[in-house]
Amino acid sequence: MANKQEVARRPSGDAQAKGQGQLTQKQEPSLVLAPPADIFENGDGIGIVIDMPGVTKDRLTVKSDRNELVIEGEASIDMPSAMQSAYAEVRSARYRRTFVLTNELDADSVEASMKDGVLSIRIPKRAELKPRQIEIQTT
Amino acid sequence: MFGSQFSGNGGLFQEFRSLEREMGELLGRWAWPLGIRSAAPGTFPPMNIGVTPDKIEVFFFAPGLEPKSIDVSVQQNVLTIAGERQAPAQDDLTWYRKERFEGSFHRVISLPEDVEPDRIQARYRDGVLYVAAERSESAKPRQIQIN
Repeated sequence: MANKQEVARRPSGDAQAKGQGQLTQKQEPSLVLAPPADIFENGDGIGIVIDMPGVTKDRLTVKSDRNELVIEGEASIDMPSAMQSAYAEVRSARYRRTFVLTNELDADSVEASMKDGVLSIRIPKRAELKPRQIEIQTT
Repeated sequence: MFGSQFSGNGGLFQEFRSLEREMGELLGRWAWPLGIRSAAPGTFPPMNIGVTPDKIEVFFFAPGLEPKSIDVSVQQNVLTIAGERQAPAQDDLTWYRKERFEGSFHRVISLPEDVEPDRIQARYRDGVLYVAAERSESAKPRQIQIN
């Protein structure tokens, strides 16, 4: 549904962009990038590291519920309004990634931090489900 | 605000780029003449280039770097950036995914003739390295008064 609207809107955006180039918001609202992620686990939980260059803390949302972790961000980059793009490898300022969680993870205690465009997330395991070393008793 | 930067509406130039890419994918190699210093698609860090009448602005999307470790240099209008990104070494981890770039990188751009090599600035913020090269006065479009 959302997609259809965007497709329908696009021609007018194109026409504008051809006319004036700069300043026109010839955006491609459907274009959301999936940023690269590293995922690892140890006894305490799972860690996720995601590259989101240009995203600041206030333009980032990390949402988690029992099943899903959704990460969304938008890059904010100061640039003069008269600038014309000559070449672009990064074609959108929006990032989104979703991960499915399993129920031994404690989705209520997710911690996230952002530094130099790198988002680090820590999802702890529920205390009762952490691996336990079982002591072997000798008689 | 930054719509124009990301949409890449660089007109003909941009169309050639995408055509180039499509042809390359189709034939398995470049069918088009390439910039001699250009990099393969997907090279880290990805970059965008913007142009204003006064400046050439290059944005490198290079998160997680130590600003002091980034090497930005210009020689004969050739701009080079180089550096390294290493994941902190940890032993007791089980890795599931490693999509992020690791190791040393290097990217080179030929700037237009009209930039002044001694008036190039660089800044690193939120994982974006920004390099601005000022264009010389003579290259700027000039409004001519009609008397």
